[in-house]
Amino acid sequence: MTKLVPNLTAHWDEADSYTLAGYQRHGGYNALKKSFELGPDAVITEVKESGLRGRGGAGFPTGMKWGFVPQGDGKPHYLVVNADESEPGACKDIPLMMANPHALIEGVIIAAFAIRANHAFIYIRGETPHPIRRVRKAVEDAYAAKLLGKNILGSGFDLEVVVHSGAGAYICGEETALLDSLEGRRGQPRLKPPFPAVAGLYASPTVVNNVETIASVPAIISNGAAWYKSFGTEKSPGIKLFAVSGDVKRPGIFEAPLGITMRELIDYAGGMVSDRPVKFFVPGGSSVPLLTPEHLDVPLTYEDMAANGTMLGTGTPMVFDTSRSVTEAVVRWIEFYKHESCGKCTPCREGTYFMVDILKRLQKGKGESADLDLLVDISAQISGRSFCALGDAAATPVPAALKFFREEFETKLVGAK
Amino acid sequence: MTVTANSSQNNQLELITAKIDGVEVRVPKGTLIIRAAEQLGVQIPRFCDHPALEPVAACRMCLVEIEGMPKPQPSCAIPLTDGMVVRTQQSSEVAAKAQEGVMEFLLLNHPLDCPVCDKGGECPLQNQAMTNGRPDSRFEEGTKRLFEKPININSEILLDRERCVSCARCTRFADEIAGDPTLELLERGAQQQVGTADDRPFESYFGGNTIQICPVGALTSSTYRFRSRPFDLISHNTICEHCASGCSTRTDIRRGKIMRRLAANDPEVNEEWNCDKGRFAFTHTTLDRITNPLIRENGELRTASWPEAIEYAANGLRAKRAGVLTGGRLPQEDAYAYSRFARAVLQTNNVDFRNRVASEEESEFLSSYVAASSMNVTYRDLELADVVLLVAFEPENESPIVQLRLRKAVRQNDLKVIAVDSALIPGHQKLNADVRLAKPGDEAEVVRSLSPELIGKSTIILVGERAAASLGLFSAVSNLAKEINAKLAWVPRRAGDRGAVEAGLLPQLLPGGKRVADAADRAELAAEWGVQQLPAQPGLDQEAMVKAALAGNIDAFVVGGIDLFDVPYHDAFSAALAKTFVVSLEQHYSSVTEHADVVLPVGVITERSGTFVNWEGRERSFAAAMHQSNALTDARVLHLLADKLGIHFKDQAKPTELHKSLSGLKSSANSTAMKSFTSVPVAGLVISGLRQLIDNGSLQQGEPHLAATAREAFARVSERTASNHGLKDGNLVVIKGRLGQMAIPVMVSDVADDTVWMPLNSDGSTPLRNLGLSIGANIEVQDGGPYDL
Repeated sequence: MTKLVPNLTAHWDEADSYTLAGYQRHGGYNALKKSFELGPDAVITEVKESGLRGRGGAGFPTGMKWGFVPQGDGKPHYLVVNADESEPGACKDIPLMMANPHALIEGVIIAAFAIRANHAFIYIRGETPHPIRRVRKAVEDAYAAKLLGKNILGSGFDLEVVVHSGAGAYICGEETALLDSLEGRRGQPRLKPPFPAVAGLYASPTVVNNVETIASVPAIISNGAAWYKSFGTEKSPGIKLFAVSGDVKRPGIFEAPLGITMRELIDYAGGMVSDRPVKFFVPGGSSVPLLTPEHLDVPLTYEDMAANGTMLGTGTPMVFDTSRSVTEAVVRWIEFYKHESCGKCTPCREGTYFMVDILKRLQKGKGESADLDLLVDISAQISGRSFCALGDAAATPVPAALKFFREEFETKLVGAK
Repeated sequence: MTVTANSSQNNQLELITAKIDGVEVRVPKGTLIIRAAEQLGVQIPRFCDHPALEPVAACRMCLVEIEGMPKPQPSCAIPLTDGMVVRTQQSSEVAAKAQEGVMEFLLLNHPLDCPVCDKGGECPLQNQAMTNGRPDSRFEEGTKRLFEKPININSEILLDRERCVSCARCTRFADEIAGDPTLELLERGAQQQVGTADDRPFESYFGGNTIQICPVGALTSSTYRFRSRPFDLISHNTICEHCASGCSTRTDIRRGKIMRRLAANDPEVNEEWNCDKGRFAFTHTTLDRITNPLIRENGELRTASWPEAIEYAANGLRAKRAGVLTGGRLPQEDAYAYSRFARAVLQTNNVDFRNRVASEEESEFLSSYVAASSMNVTYRDLELADVVLLVAFEPENESPIVQLRLRKAVRQNDLKVIAVDSALIPGHQKLNADVRLAKPGDEAEVVRSLSPELIGKSTIILVGERAAASLGLFSAVSNLAKEINAKLAWVPRRAGDRGAVEAGLLPQLLPGGKRVADAADRAELAAEWGVQQLPAQPGLDQEAMVKAALAGNIDAFVVGGIDLFDVPYHDAFSAALAKTFVVSLEQHYSSVTEHADVVLPVGVITERSGTFVNWEGRERSFAAAMHQSNALTDARVLHLLADKLGIHFKDQAKPTELHKSLSGLKSSANSTAMKSFTSVPVAGLVISGLRQLIDNGSLQQGEPHLAATAREAFARVSERTASNHGLKDGNLVVIKGRLGQMAIPVMVSDVADDTVWMPLNSDGSTPLRNLGLSIGANIEVQDGGPYDL
């Protein structure tokens, strides 16, 4: 059985894990000192070598992203932390910020130092006041301890950190919409290119990283890229927070190497509630296609998930037992996307509206079999046609659900028994 | 649609080769796929795409297949690159299916109200639904989302939100082109809608363009809504009569009535925009028209026949010392006819088109730098300059298309705009202009000081008609132009002004840039007109003519298109007209017809053909939109008068004949140096201001929806002036002048000290009429207490 590797979560059971003292008691901010000794380029190299990939869902190699920032261009650079965790099923960044905010702040300083940014922004989901308060306090403490501000630890490096509260839109988790929102505009995705690394916040080179990604950096610097790469697989190296929710006995966060299986995670979560078997699960939030019990032993890596027609996503599996209706789950997901569609592009704005209309009809037992094909067709017309990944995500639940559970949908049709 | 979006930087065109639908294309690097396809004759369907706006790729209608890319791509946002292989809906199943899908989505929430929608019949959604949509809908049983309909986004523009396809053309136009970013998309998902903050009206002089570029019937105008179907309209190419920008417009007529006016596409001039005045102010063509000749009898005007009226007018003018006054509405040909009538028939040089503040210096400047000059400065030149210097000229109010072109250059080519003016007003901010504040009378000094910073830069100076209010300013401007080797252009306010200069409607200037003082010039004109000789004695300008009439030295006036209240001495003007024999050539009852002895009706702009010369010097010819009208032109009426007075010109005063005659004169013009004038600073508190684009001007009458979009009048003063005179922001100020007083709200802002800036002819602010004062005149002010909104 794959062993858990508590790293970010190692001390969450301590009463003061979220304080500066609690963090420093276990070597917190030592990675920062080491980074200052290494210098920015060496830090980027180290992160590149560790193979760390973005933990926000897309899995883009982090070191490579940092490397895209043009150096010596005379423009200010910015680091933006995407803490707008709003994906249905995803619950890893918020607990992390609650329990270990200083790992995030240390990561922020190191990353900003590496990309030569003197301003960093942490954009936290607006509906969650607790982590906003906690991270603000942690930033305040870091300033008091001279870990932020001018000439950090005598290194000559200056960094200002702003904790910004979102206003409650899922779309602002999309990095360019987040940047628009941060600039005070209405959060809608921007046309790319230019990519944020070239023209991001205030048209300046910007790196946008997920909370977990940035918080993973101190350990990589402290222990070395080789240590980090010793976990996981070649294409999916390292460790990750897996937030398991749904019909398990003990939902929670399990920090494990990539490659752990769903079956193992369910075991760690105490098995299934009421001991009913698994009916289906989504490995990485609602935006990835669902899987069935036959996939319980597939390693949770970027490549294995892709090979099985889904994605690792945020790595926050939702598990559903046999008492659950896949139709009902799909209706709720699609309603979520309809509600959260920003309205910018037609396929996502109208396609989700169309799908909800049909799904509601199915729910009432008024659907016809042509409606099922229509749902698949609509999904195909959204997927790859929409402006940003929100539309693509909205197009994922239906085809996968119909692929594995068409019979269940058919029981909702007019004249079905 | 304009295809010149990137054409200003076409010096070193790098061509690339690619394939669209199997056909090889060579286009300049950076050309968007959708534009390149147009060149092949392949129309990729689109909604959000507009060549003058930045791409957003929001509607997804223009998806095409690009070899090597896994997903269909928006052709409106991706430049063609060397070797790219593109397949549009013509050759790709994927692209065709993707477009069909997007069209199906767009129609889900779009109402099926084409039969009652203004856009039906000229609607890109309707057309593209036919060419690129599915034959049927699969949303039959669905429930469309509905909105309350319609809502006003300002008094002139109505919005039917359920028709909107969220293409964001209107919001991008407002933000990018007009610089009025208060129109925005609100809410999200299917509830996304166009709107403004706190439901305040969308304030823009250019808002009407959003109606025209809306690809569906979501935006409609209060004036045209439900009035006509596109297929019942007859469209005419016309030129706007409202200002010297010279916009090409399209006038749509149904059964002899103008239904609407649109901006026409003219890449060299107005691109494809116009201002709301040009678009909506056409009621003047039908309102209060004078249709029959009138003769004053026992103090009352009575209807007369044409022969009687002409005879009566001729008798009144015969052997009289006369003056000829024209306004700014005349096409060049009619201006020329007035000029000829004054010189050849009335034997006087008492002619002036400037029914406004004017000066001898201005007259000198116009003779030396403007009359018969070729197109020294063009719109395109403005885009290519390093610096444009605006002197006594604020383009957003005084020539709005110049404003749009400057804004385009500021955004795309980093043009720097410097303005010498008495106040910083919103138009300056939209140009990111560096405003050098100067009190009226002090501008010349500021202009002189600019020389060191402008030397070596490619500079264009645009000077406006308000410069006439400040002695020495035209001299300073022309000297600066010489010193820094800058191009210089005069931007008047009215459509007929430049043509009037060409036609010699100035006391010392003859048509074609010829001089009254030059015997050879006079002889040339006399020969052209077939008369013995022309008067050699220099004429008087308008104000001098008024004084002369009061002193008994002028007995008669021929007046065309003037409102007395456009000048501060209207009381004297009125007395002068009361004292003399007045022949008024008019379209509407006016402050002049009140004093006229004979009123001879003339046609409005839609009933005549002719030429406006815009500020560039570009001839903008137009044909009569209502060619079936029997109305006469000013030129034709003057011709009848001339005949009666015994002068028989060889032509029939047709616009084509007059145009040919004048063109022949222009080609032989030679320029002379300008006499120099010294500036005289004015002590004490003075008036400054301008005529706002939308105000109480005569040609804007009868259009309440347009009038409601006018900017509110404020007296702008600097902080120092406010404290020196006890004025408070938000309070009223009582301004006392020669004839009376008026009270308007105070706004403390960036204004030259000792200056009170105010609109010159807006609701609540009419200093010429009520105070009898204009720019540069001394006033007294006092606090008028709180301003009650």
